[in-house]
Amino acid sequence: MTTFPWLSVLVAAPLVGAIVVMLLPKGADKLAKQVGLVLSVLVFALTIVMALRFDAGTAGDFQFGVAYDWIPAFGVKFALGVDGISLVLIALSTSLVPIVLLAGWKDVDGSRGSVRGYIALILTLEAAMVGVFAATDVFLFYVFFEAMLVPVYFLIGRYGGARRSYAAMKFLLYSLFGGLLMLASLIGLYVVSAQITGTGTFDFSTLAGLSIDPTTQRWLFVGFFVAFAIKAPLVPFHTWLPDAAAESTPGTAVLLVGVLDKVGTFGMLRYCLELFPDASRWATPLVIVLAVIGIIYGALVAIGQTDIKRLIAYTSVSHFGFIALGVFVMTSQGQSGSSLYMVNHGFSTAALFLIAGFLISRRGSSLIADFGGVQKVAPILAGTFLVAGLSSLALPGLSSFVSEFLVLVGTFERYTWVGVIATLGIVLAAIYVLLMYQRTMTGPTPDVVREKVFDLSGREVLAIAPLLVVIVALGFYPKPVLDVVNPAVARVMHAVNATDPPPQVAPVAEGTAK
Amino acid sequence: MSTFSGALTHAADVAPAAVAASGLFSLTWLLIGFPLAGAAVLLLWGRRSDKWGHWLGVLASAASFVVAVVLFFGMLGQADDSRTVRQHLFDWIAVGTFNVPFDLRLDQLSITFVLLITGVGTLIHIYSVGYMSHDPERRKFFGYLNLFVASMLLLVLADNFLLLYVGWEGVGLASYLLIGFWFVKQSAAVASKKAFIVNRVGDLGLSLAVMLMFITFGSVTFDGVFAQAGSASESSLTWIGLALLLGACGKSAQFPLQSWLLDAMEGPTPVSALIHAATMVTAGVYLIVRSNAIFNAAPTAQTVVVIVGAITLLMGAIIGCAKDDIKKALAGSTMSQIGYMILAAGLGPVGYAFAIFHLVVHGFFKADMFLGAGSVMHAMNDQVGMRRFGTIRSWMIVTWITFGAGYLAILGIPPFAGFYSKDRIIEAAFSRGIVVGLVTVIGAGITAFYMTRLFVMTFHGKKRWTDDVHPHESPSIMVVPMAILAVLSALGGFLLAYNNAIFEWLAPVTGFEEPHLAISSLGMEGISLVVVIAGAALGWFLYDRRPVAEIAPAGNFLTRAARADLYGDAVNEAVFMRPGQYLTRSLVWVDQRVVDGAVNGVAATIGGLSGRARRMQTGFTRSYALSMLGGAALVVAALVLVRL
Amino acid sequence: MNPSNYLYLSAVLFAIGALGVLVRRNAIVVFMCVELMLNACNLAFVSFSRVHGNLDGQVIAFFVMVVAASEVVVGLAIIMTIFRTRRSASVDEANLLKY
Repeated sequence: MTTFPWLSVLVAAPLVGAIVVMLLPKGADKLAKQVGLVLSVLVFALTIVMALRFDAGTAGDFQFGVAYDWIPAFGVKFALGVDGISLVLIALSTSLVPIVLLAGWKDVDGSRGSVRGYIALILTLEAAMVGVFAATDVFLFYVFFEAMLVPVYFLIGRYGGARRSYAAMKFLLYSLFGGLLMLASLIGLYVVSAQITGTGTFDFSTLAGLSIDPTTQRWLFVGFFVAFAIKAPLVPFHTWLPDAAAESTPGTAVLLVGVLDKVGTFGMLRYCLELFPDASRWATPLVIVLAVIGIIYGALVAIGQTDIKRLIAYTSVSHFGFIALGVFVMTSQGQSGSSLYMVNHGFSTAALFLIAGFLISRRGSSLIADFGGVQKVAPILAGTFLVAGLSSLALPGLSSFVSEFLVLVGTFERYTWVGVIATLGIVLAAIYVLLMYQRTMTGPTPDVVREKVFDLSGREVLAIAPLLVVIVALGFYPKPVLDVVNPAVARVMHAVNATDPPPQVAPVAEGTAK
Repeated sequence: MSTFSGALTHAADVAPAAVAASGLFSLTWLLIGFPLAGAAVLLLWGRRSDKWGHWLGVLASAASFVVAVVLFFGMLGQADDSRTVRQHLFDWIAVGTFNVPFDLRLDQLSITFVLLITGVGTLIHIYSVGYMSHDPERRKFFGYLNLFVASMLLLVLADNFLLLYVGWEGVGLASYLLIGFWFVKQSAAVASKKAFIVNRVGDLGLSLAVMLMFITFGSVTFDGVFAQAGSASESSLTWIGLALLLGACGKSAQFPLQSWLLDAMEGPTPVSALIHAATMVTAGVYLIVRSNAIFNAAPTAQTVVVIVGAITLLMGAIIGCAKDDIKKALAGSTMSQIGYMILAAGLGPVGYAFAIFHLVVHGFFKADMFLGAGSVMHAMNDQVGMRRFGTIRSWMIVTWITFGAGYLAILGIPPFAGFYSKDRIIEAAFSRGIVVGLVTVIGAGITAFYMTRLFVMTFHGKKRWTDDVHPHESPSIMVVPMAILAVLSALGGFLLAYNNAIFEWLAPVTGFEEPHLAISSLGMEGISLVVVIAGAALGWFLYDRRPVAEIAPAGNFLTRAARADLYGDAVNEAVFMRPGQYLTRSLVWVDQRVVDGAVNGVAATIGGLSGRARRMQTGFTRSYALSMLGGAALVVAALVLVRL
Repeated sequence: MNPSNYLYLSAVLFAIGALGVLVRRNAIVVFMCVELMLNACNLAFVSFSRVHGNLDGQVIAFFVMVVAASEVVVGLAIIMTIFRTRRSASVDEANLLKY
C-alpha cells in the first residue's frame, strides 16, 4: 500500500472519467452529470485519504513521489510529488470540482455546447490542475500549465455569456504569451543545467540545488515571473480576468479564479523563489510595489464596478496582490500566510461566485442596479452571500482573516510602511463588499426581483454549505493547513536564504511561551 | 467626597502573571459558549425555531450571566494575586515566532465587563421579548443579539490582542446586522453599512497596533506585551498607543470617527440600549484601560487620548442639545459620556478605575433611559420626535419613574449613580490640569441642560401629540427590566463605590491613585453640583415654563450646526466620499481605457498589420510564380555571394 | 566530353520555360512551360551524370519524370475542371484564392 501511486491515480482518474463521459450516448445528460459528480467525489475522497497519510513532520520534502522516464533524450521525467503547499492546493482543487458540478447542475442545460462536453472538460481541467501542483519535473509542470488552457478555453468560449469568444481569446492569448516566455526560460534553464552538471535535467530538486550565475538567473527569472504574474494576475497584467470571469459560467469562474490563478502565485513561491533565489531578491522591490498597487488599485476599481461578477473578479485582483506580497516579503509569516491565503481565497471566492451565479441566473442580469431587497424574498441566499462577502473582506473569525493578517504581519516585519499601505486595503474591502450587499440585498424590493428571485433550493444549499463550513472552521482552527504548510515554507525560506527579523525587544521567555 | 478618602495607591503597572485555569475557572469558555450556541441554533435552524427562539435567546444570555456570577464569587474566594486565570483552549495561529493561542483571560477587569454585558444583556433580552413581539423576524433578532453577546464576551475575555480583534470585529458585525435589522428601509441599510465602514477605519488602527506590537515585542499576548512595555522605545509605544486610540475611536464613536453612532439609531431600540449605549461602544475604553502598560509609558499618546475625549465630550453634549429625535439626543449623550471615560482613561492610573466605574454605571443608566425611550416610542406609534411628545408622565407613570432615575443618575444628583462616577472623573481631570477639569465641568453643565430638555419635552409640558396616538404603559415584560435598571441607576454607584470597593477590585489590573487636588474634593463636588443645577434649571425654564414649538424653529448658527451633527457627515462627504467616488470612477475609466486599452490596442495594431500584409495574396498565379522565381534567384545569389 | 554546350542548352530551355510561365495566360501553355523547365533540369542532371561518370543524375532524372507524369495527371485534371466550370483556361481569371 505504501507504493500505491496516489498522485498518478489522482491525475489519471479524472481523465478516465472525462473519456467515459464522452462515450456516453448523446441524450444521457443526467447520467453524465451523475458520473461526473460521483467520480469527482471519489477523487476528493482519495485526496483526503492521501492527505491523512501525508507525514506533516516532513512536509518540507516531496512525498508520494513517482518518476517515470518520459523523454529520456532531454532528461524529461513524468515525476510527481507533493510537499505541504501543493498538498493543500490539490485538496482545494479536488474539493471545488464536485461543488462546482453540484452548484452548476443546471447551468449548461440548453446551452450551445453539450452537457457531456461540459462535464468532460471540467474533469480534464481537474486532471491538469492536480498535475500542475504535483509535478516535480519542471518540464512536466510546463506541460500541465499549458494543458490547463485547453479545457478552460472551451469552457469559456463555448458555454460562456454574450462576449464569450472575446473573453476566451483574450484569456488564451494572455496565457500563451506568458507560457511562451516561460518555455524560453525553461529551455535556458535546461541549457544552464547541462553546462553546470554536464547532463541537462528538468528535475526540480536538482535544479533548485544549482547555483546559477546571478545575471543568468535574472533573465530566466523574468520569463517565469511574467508567466506567473499574468496567471495570478498581478496589475498591470490583470485585464483578462474580469472579462474571463464575467463571461464564463459561475462554475468555470470558480475554477478559473479559485484554482487556476493560484498556479501563478504557487509558481512564484515554488519556482521563482527556489530556482532563482538571487534574482528573486533582486526583483523583490518591484514585485512588492506591483503587489501593493494591485491591492489598492484592485479594491478601488472593484468599488466602481456596476457588474457583480466583474466586481468579484476585481476583488480577486486585490487579493492576489496580498498573496504576491506575502510571497515576496521573504518572511515565514508572509509566505505561510500566502499559502493559506491561496486556500482560503479559493473557498471564499468560490462561494461568492456561486451565490452570485444563483442570483444572476434567477434575475437574468448581472448588473448591480437591477437588484435590490433580495434579502426580503430570499433570506438564505442573502445570508450565505453575506458570509461569503464577509470572508472576502477578511472578517476576523473567518478563514481569510488569518491568512491576510499573517501576510500583513509578515510584511510589517520587513517593510513597515508597505504594511501600513497594504492594511488600508481592509477598509476598501469593507466598502466594496458592503456597498454591493447594500445595493443588491437591502432596501425595498422591486417587483421584478420579487417575481423572479426565489430562495436557494436544497441542492444549492448542499453545494454552498461545505464552503461556508470550511470558511468558518479554518478561521478558528487553521492549524491543520498551517502545520503542513510551515515546513514547506521553511524550505523555501532556506532556499532564498532569508530569516525572520527579530523583534525590537527580546521577548521574555515566560511571557510568550505559555 | 470624604467617604472615599482612603490612602489608596497601587503601583500596578504590570498585571500579575496569570495562572492556568482549573476547577471552577475551567468553565470560563461556557460564558461565550452559551450565547454562541444560542446564536448558532437561532440562525441556522431557521423558521422552525420561530416559536420558541426568543426564549432560547434569553436563556442563553441568562445562562451566561449565571456562570459569570458563579465565577465572580469564585474569584472573590481567591487571594488578590491569583485572581488572574488563563484558560488555554487550543493553538490558533502558529507560524514561526508568531504564536497566537486561543486563550481566555479572566481577571478583575474582564469579570467586571462580563457581569455588565451578561447582566444588562439579559435584561435587554427580556425587554426585547416584549418590544419585538410584533416583528415577524423576532427569532433572527435574538440570534443576532446572542451573537453580539458572544462576540462582546470574546472581546473582553481574550488573552491576546489578536483574539480581542476577533471579538472586536464580531461585535461590529452584530452591530451591522442589528442596525440594518429593518433593512427594507433604505436609511437603515445605509446606516448599517456606514457604521461598519467607519468601524473598519478604527479596526485599521487596531490591526496596525497588533502588528506594531509584534514587531516591537515579538508577541501579541497581554503578558508578552505588557511585561516588556517598559523596555521598548518611547516612539514605538507612542505609535502603538495612537494606533490603539484610532481603534478605540472607531468603536467608541470618538472624534473623528464619531459620525456613525447617530445614524446607528436606525436599529431597534433594545439594540441602541445594549450595543450603542451600554456595552459595545465602551469597548474602546476597555481597550485603552487594558493596554494601560503601554499608555503609562507613552505620555504623548495619553495626551492625545485626553484631547480626543475632551473634544468628543463637548461635541456629543452640543449635538445632544439640538436633537429633537429622542434616540438621537440620547446617542449624543452616549458619545459625550464615553468622551468622559476616554478622557479619564487618558489620565493614567489616576483615571483608569474611574473610567471603568463610570462605564459600568453609564451602562446602567443609559440602558435604562434607552429602554425608557423605547417604551415611550412603543406607546406613541413608534414616533421619535420629542416635539410631538409632552405630558406623557400622566399615562406612563412607571416609565416616568424609571426614566427619571436614569435622568437623575446622568445628571449626577446625589445619591444617584452618576454622582459617584462623574465627580471622580472631574476630580481626576482637575488633577491633570485646569483646562481639562473645566471641560469636564462645562460638559456636566451642558449634559444637565440637554437631559432636562429631553426629560421635560417628553414627560412634562403640554400635550403635543395628535389624536390618533393613544399612550399606554408598556407590558410588564418590558417594565420589569426597566425597573431593575432604574434601581441600579439609583443605587449602583453608591454600592460599587462603597469603601472604594470597585477601585480596590480593579487596582491589580489597572493600578489606582487618588487624585491630588488643590481644593478639597468636597468643594469640587459643590462646584460641579452648582453647574449641573444651573444647567438643569435653564433647561427646565426653556422647555417647561415656555411652550415648545411643534415644528422646530430655524435656530441660530450653533443649533443648526448641532442638528447637522456639527457637520461631521458633511466633512466626511467632502473630504472622503466625493473624492473617493471620483477616484474610483476615474480608475475604472483608466482600467478600461488605458490598461485594457493598451492591451486591445496592441491586438488591434497586430490585426491591422496583418490586414495589410495579406493584401500580398492577390490571387494572380503569375505573380506568385514571379515571386517564387525571385525567391529562387535570391537564394542562388546568396549562395554565390557566400561562396565568394 | 565538354558539358558546357549541354548546360547552355539546359539554361536556355529553363529560361524559356520560366518566361513562358510568367507571360502566358493560357493554363495549358503555362503547364507545358513548367514541363519544359523540368526537362531542362533533366538535361542538366544527365549531363552531370556523364561528367561524373556515375548514374546518380540519371536516376534523379527518372524520378523527375515520374513526378512530372503524376503532375500532368493531376494538373491536367484540374485545368479541365476549371475550363468546364468557367469556359476559360486563363490563369488570370482563376483568382478566387486570394485575401
